[in-house]
Amino acid sequence: MALSSKTKAVLLGPLNKNNPVIVQVLGICSALAVTSKLEPSIVMAVAVVLVTAFANVIISLLRKSIPNRIRIIVQLVVVASLVTIVSEVLKAFAYDVNKQLSVFVGLIVTNCILMGRLEAFALGNGPWPSFLDGIGNGLGYGWILVVVGFFRELLGSGTLLGYQVIPQVLYDAGYQNNGLMMLAPMAILLVACIIWVHRSRNKELQEETN
Amino acid sequence: MNRENSGYTIIYASVMVVVVALGLAFTHQVLSERQTANVNTDKMQQILRSLNLDVRAAEAQVKYTGLIKNAYLVDDEGVKVEGSEGITPDDPAFSTELGDTQAKGLPVYEAEVDGSTKYIIPMSGAGLWGPIWGYLAIEADGSTIYGAEFGHAGETPGLGAEIETAGFRTQFQGKNLFRENQFTSVAVVKPGQSNNRRDYVDGISGGTITSKGVDNMLLNSVGEYRNFLMNLHTANQ
Repeated sequence: MALSSKTKAVLLGPLNKNNPVIVQVLGICSALAVTSKLEPSIVMAVAVVLVTAFANVIISLLRKSIPNRIRIIVQLVVVASLVTIVSEVLKAFAYDVNKQLSVFVGLIVTNCILMGRLEAFALGNGPWPSFLDGIGNGLGYGWILVVVGFFRELLGSGTLLGYQVIPQVLYDAGYQNNGLMMLAPMAILLVACIIWVHRSRNKELQEETN
Repeated sequence: MNRENSGYTIIYASVMVVVVALGLAFTHQVLSERQTANVNTDKMQQILRSLNLDVRAAEAQVKYTGLIKNAYLVDDEGVKVEGSEGITPDDPAFSTELGDTQAKGLPVYEAEVDGSTKYIIPMSGAGLWGPIWGYLAIEADGSTIYGAEFGHAGETPGLGAEIETAGFRTQFQGKNLFRENQFTSVAVVKPGQSNNRRDYVDGISGGTITSKGVDNMLLNSVGEYRNFLMNLHTANQ
């Protein structure tokens, strides 16, 4: 299926030059909290993609009927119900992962990306573009999470998805896991490193300095 | 239709809330059976892990019914409560939560592994961010630990959450809850330190408060079973 250039921009923009985490600096809070291991990062990314996509569609369908004065409340109710459904479904079908994510699934409600996309995009666009916008932004958030989770688990625990990847030989030779990687401050440094690489490759994103 | 009209706003909000409430209630109803089954299976897996058996969810039920021969409640004196026996999830031993003030007693599970009886008792306590819990399998002498299992609601991954790992759990095997006929429980100490009054295991580096929580849980939660364990201890030395 060929996508028009506008749909392409809506879907792929958030993955790169319009990334919610590293360009708009939204949703940082959960990016720091859930990324100490790779698996919760991936599940969290999937959950956020689903919630942003469907919240966008629902709000977009309702956009002509929502009273302006209570639109934030309507958005919150929609997001909160979707998050509750995701959490219930996880409890029923992926109990173990749900246990790992614990409070973080519920915290998707407070993810700034969601409200941001609903306000900025879904209220003014039709369901299909809104759906793509939701998927795009969810993925834009998700790939950062997965990259940060990858490095934190690898360097912090020497494992990936729970499997040992750093060979015992290295530990015997004196290598140690970096405990600092497990703490939130290292996540923000990793995000900063991603931003650094990203900006140096996209010069137009760099702020003017006098 | 005027969207800014107060009447419209109120009706809109009311309808929305009712629709959402119905939707969520429906979802919960549809999924609740599966969820309860998951919770029960999870509990069985935890009990089995305290017997040093890591079973997948699909096999937990069979393995559980095969190994657990009896389950019942005991009162403060360590005496079995009449009519509380039964190992299924509907029986009191399985459904009683620790800390429930209405409960008739404390749950005990009896397992038979390689011809010898192990007593499994649940524990609950507080970690750094939220509740922690666990199961302790004890040999027939009421003192020697056969295996331990820990769980937590939201300890820091990589730090406090490490109490779940086999590396931490297996340290408990062979430790004694009694010393010179006194209940001393097992201490969790900072790695490298020791404790000459009690048996001890190493805590988690960087997870000091969670390790302390486990230490307190072993002292207080297991302490509630003191009389039950003492009875076993004096009977089977």
